[in-house]
Amino acid sequence: MLVAAAVSSNVTDGLYIVAFSLFIYGMSGLTGPRTAVRGNLIAATGMAVAIISTLIQPHVFDGSSTPWLIALGLVLGTAVGIPAARRVHMTAMPQMVALFNGVGGGAVAIIAWVEYRHHFLTGGSNWALKSEIPSLLAAIIGSISFWGSNIAFGKLQGILPGRPIRLPVQVVFNVTLFLVAVASAIVLAAGTHSQALFILGILLAAAILGNMVVLPIGGADMPVVISLLNAFTGVSAALTGIALNNTALIVGGMIVGASGTILTNLMAKAMNRSVPAIVAGGFGGEVSAPAGGAAGTDGTVRSTSPADVAIQLSYARQVVIAPGYGMAVAQAQHAVRELEKALESKGVTVKFAIHPVAGRMPGHMNVLLAEADVPYDLLREMDEINPEFPNTDVTLVIGANDVTNPAAKNEPGSPIYGMPILEVDGSGAVIVLKRSMASGFAGIDNPLFYEEKTSMLFGDAKESVSEVTSEVQDL
Amino acid sequence: MNTITEIAILVLAAFVGFEVISKVPNTLHTPLMSGTNAIHGIVLLGGLLLMHEAQGVLEHVLLVIAITFGTINIVGGFLVTDRMLGMFKRKDPPKAGEDEAEEAGGSS
Repeated sequence: MLVAAAVSSNVTDGLYIVAFSLFIYGMSGLTGPRTAVRGNLIAATGMAVAIISTLIQPHVFDGSSTPWLIALGLVLGTAVGIPAARRVHMTAMPQMVALFNGVGGGAVAIIAWVEYRHHFLTGGSNWALKSEIPSLLAAIIGSISFWGSNIAFGKLQGILPGRPIRLPVQVVFNVTLFLVAVASAIVLAAGTHSQALFILGILLAAAILGNMVVLPIGGADMPVVISLLNAFTGVSAALTGIALNNTALIVGGMIVGASGTILTNLMAKAMNRSVPAIVAGGFGGEVSAPAGGAAGTDGTVRSTSPADVAIQLSYARQVVIAPGYGMAVAQAQHAVRELEKALESKGVTVKFAIHPVAGRMPGHMNVLLAEADVPYDLLREMDEINPEFPNTDVTLVIGANDVTNPAAKNEPGSPIYGMPILEVDGSGAVIVLKRSMASGFAGIDNPLFYEEKTSMLFGDAKESVSEVTSEVQDL
Repeated sequence: MNTITEIAILVLAAFVGFEVISKVPNTLHTPLMSGTNAIHGIVLLGGLLLMHEAQGVLEHVLLVIAITFGTINIVGGFLVTDRMLGMFKRKDPPKAGEDEAEEAGGSS
């Protein structure tokens, strides 16, 4: 390998600079709708540069089995990653991101474990503190991220119940676990190198902690948690980079850590929740079963028929459609697009009201509507559409619940009090398409359904919308 | 490289991360989260670099798992982001007005 032999570590370091420049340039491309595809490609190119420039270092392949084992890992990962990414439904995107994030965290934790073994068990005890401390921290954070992401995946996928699962003295328990992990790390760092158990103590305590931190979090907060864990994995990758003296890891990990933190805050702000409150568990921690439910449940709801809805919509001047996750689950976005076209051909102005956390992640609903070819310029963000509701004749709420719940404005006792909502109750009439009277993802009753101007159209969102559309076309 | 240099790089990278993200429109948050998620798969490099030092079956198995995980993170992450963004792309072309301001070149 003449070429390989000629490659000094300077070349690799130089190529790393190219790689992380491409990451940064690519990410800035991801911030505009038109440059985003290219941005993603540029970042992926950066990744390819980073991997190749690592592999061209001659010593990487030392040892007879090394090239094969590296190839095995790369092939296995590709074989799993490609079909997973290709087949996942757009509605299942949040849990897919959780899963991809989880394996990243897992890789960090495993690498830290091997680093430890290498220095303590096989290579003697001369592990410099400057490598050891970041490596052990990476072990803790990576392990939390791995297990936490898996729980988040389980909850979103419906394998685990979405509602908060909580132990008594949860917070005390979590803090204890964290202290156990940190204490084990300190014991190791202090240099008593015969204690193989401590690294397992770190990984195990962090694993349980990852489970415990995410289990009590209600399903509605899950996107914020995934984003937070994404930032965690980024930081742990950067720490691994310090331990291994690898600039590509430091920069790549840290920009994810920083951007993930921003994104987490943006999401939490959109839901009027604070990140510490979410992590502390459940909805608002101490606020138990909402008293707010009592105000609504004794009311009655009016149910309506597709024909009536069609008439209401056709004679409106302006209709606003507020889609939610329920629309996505029913795969109704294409039917909704047909309805929008049918209404527009009757001269009705149609707009879509997009709550920042509609769907399950910021921007998730936009992805789903884009999939159905709904024109970008019909989409209105919450702040833009809220002043328009008073001029709206009919608002069609399709599979959205919590984001339209007026309790967030009117009932200080409600767990979602203060969350910004789509003020659909300001419009002339509200039609809610819903499968049943079950409460939303957050498990909170919605007084909107009992209001006089509200009528409910029960059934599968896709079928209901199609029926309404054909009624509109027949009018 | 000494520790201080590395910490300096770390801090600067953090600022770059903050700067880049603070300008993103809401609609792109999901693809962005997915894209950044793919980038931290770079930890794969750690697995690649350690493999030749590994001793014993356990360490080899662990590193193969780490490399597999890292690859899933990278390959899956970028692909899924591309799929998501592809949906934004096939739009009626002449709606240029609103997002022109924030873009640099916009060739495709």
